Amino acid sequence: MTHPRKWLVPSLYIVFLMLPIYGLLAMSFKTTNEILGGFSFFPQDFTLENYTVIFTDPTWYNGYINSIIYVVINTVISVSVALPAAYAFSRYRFLGDKHLFFWLLTNRMAPPAVFALPFFQLYSAIGLFDTHIAVALAHCLFNIPLAVWILEGFMSGVPKELDETAYLDGYPFWRFFIRIFIPTIAAGIGVAAFFCFMYSWVELLLAKTLTSVEAKPIAATMTRTASSSGYELGLLAAAGSLTIIPGAIVIYFVRNYIAKGFALGRV
Amino acid sequence: MNKTSNPKAWWFVVPVLALVAFNAFIPLMTVVNYAFQETFGDNVFFWEGTTWFEQVLRSDRFHAALGRQLLFTGMILAIELPLGIAVALSMPRKGPWVSVCLVLMALPLLIPWNVVGAMWNIFALPDIGLLGHMLNSMGFDYNFTRQPVSAWMTTVVMDVWHWTSLIVLLCYAGLSSIPDAYYQAAHIDGASRWAVFRYIQLPKMKRVLTIAILLRFMDSFMIYTEPFVLTGGGPGNTTTFLSIDLVKIALGQFDLGPAAAMSLIYFLVVLLICWAFYTLMMRGEEQ
Repeated sequence: MTHPRKWLVPSLYIVFLMLPIYGLLAMSFKTTNEILGGFSFFPQDFTLENYTVIFTDPTWYNGYINSIIYVVINTVISVSVALPAAYAFSRYRFLGDKHLFFWLLTNRMAPPAVFALPFFQLYSAIGLFDTHIAVALAHCLFNIPLAVWILEGFMSGVPKELDETAYLDGYPFWRFFIRIFIPTIAAGIGVAAFFCFMYSWVELLLAKTLTSVEAKPIAATMTRTASSSGYELGLLAAAGSLTIIPGAIVIYFVRNYIAKGFALGRV
Repeated sequence: MNKTSNPKAWWFVVPVLALVAFNAFIPLMTVVNYAFQETFGDNVFFWEGTTWFEQVLRSDRFHAALGRQLLFTGMILAIELPLGIAVALSMPRKGPWVSVCLVLMALPLLIPWNVVGAMWNIFALPDIGLLGHMLNSMGFDYNFTRQPVSAWMTTVVMDVWHWTSLIVLLCYAGLSSIPDAYYQAAHIDGASRWAVFRYIQLPKMKRVLTIAILLRFMDSFMIYTEPFVLTGGGPGNTTTFLSIDLVKIALGQFDLGPAAAMSLIYFLVVLLICWAFYTLMMRGEEQ
């Protein structure tokens, strides 16, 4: 099975994936003069100035903190409400269960552009505009359905005998759920949390619509700075490179489950 | 798994329902409000009936945006599916390289969408970007801010770069669930490489491929941020997809009525196609 040519396809593919990332990284270490002066594959005038600006200017680093705050809140809310719901969908039949499941999925299909303006009005009306919680709640629209879908897949892989044995042993339901069931599907919870993190981290349209100053995400800081202070490509590249790091860290933690997770726990 | 009937299970679903309904139902009703009425502010509304819907459905602008959207989604599916399957088939099955491959391949999926747009913008700049410089020094006349064909190709390649890994990971998950014994049996029978793919690997990938098509269809049909940052919908209107056009109408021109009507039509199109996919998938699952 290990034909030498087999290495070629994945290797070429990975090179293709890394090229734009390399372009971004290389540019983040260049000075503005060098960038505008013409093309160079390696930074000639290696500088950390762009990163210094980001780490010393509060409007920049607060963007990162804001993004991480709402992403974490969203992940916690999404996974904790999705857990009991996914259990119900995987174990019980009840009135309208299939329709409900599909209705949940339709929210994953709603184009965010459709909801941008109504969300702005809704969250302004209830006084949550420009708060982290507003973005976290808005992202629940597509993250909860996804979390329910993934968790339901993983839970359906756990034999029902586990529940029945615990019941016969006299475990009250909630103790069984927290002490036995949740540890059993820990991998599934990790994967669901990873996906909530991912989709909340990469989304910009809603996050930008629902914030102005206090909770402005890093991605929005980037677009605004790029347009207001001319085109500072080096700074933009440095900020972009830094947004890759949180993703890389969470991928590392779920690397062994990631493939199964993308299949929504249903392989 | 055979499920027990339990009406009380509704209580488990209530928190999810409350949160999603708050986020989905109220905004959707706002959209419906705008779609059937005319407003001049101050919360004064006039009934307009289906005027906006007729206007949108007859407008050349909507047809053009829908056409571009369908072409774009068709193109990226036609490239990403075969490429994703090919990469997944040739990935190592075991050993330390598996993790390295998976982590590197998943990286594009976790980059914020506007950073993806900005990254490709920088990458493709004709004079100073890596790609733009290489293409131009090889003698191609390439400038994605001026030439519609270059802009289209850049947008499609960017999406391929961004999302093919999703299909690779899904297919890889499907492939790694095939027991070694299947391959040994095929080897003993003297099955060709094609036969192994057709009768062992493809059937095992059917489920995950359905999920892949569903997700890629939904997401590419809703694409907004990446092409908006990369090309801004231009040059002219050549890369203005449905979401970009919608935001232009709603927030640029503030034509809320037509924008709301267009939103509902847009949502219904996505819903209809996804429902068809979902039904097929569930039918496959029951067999």
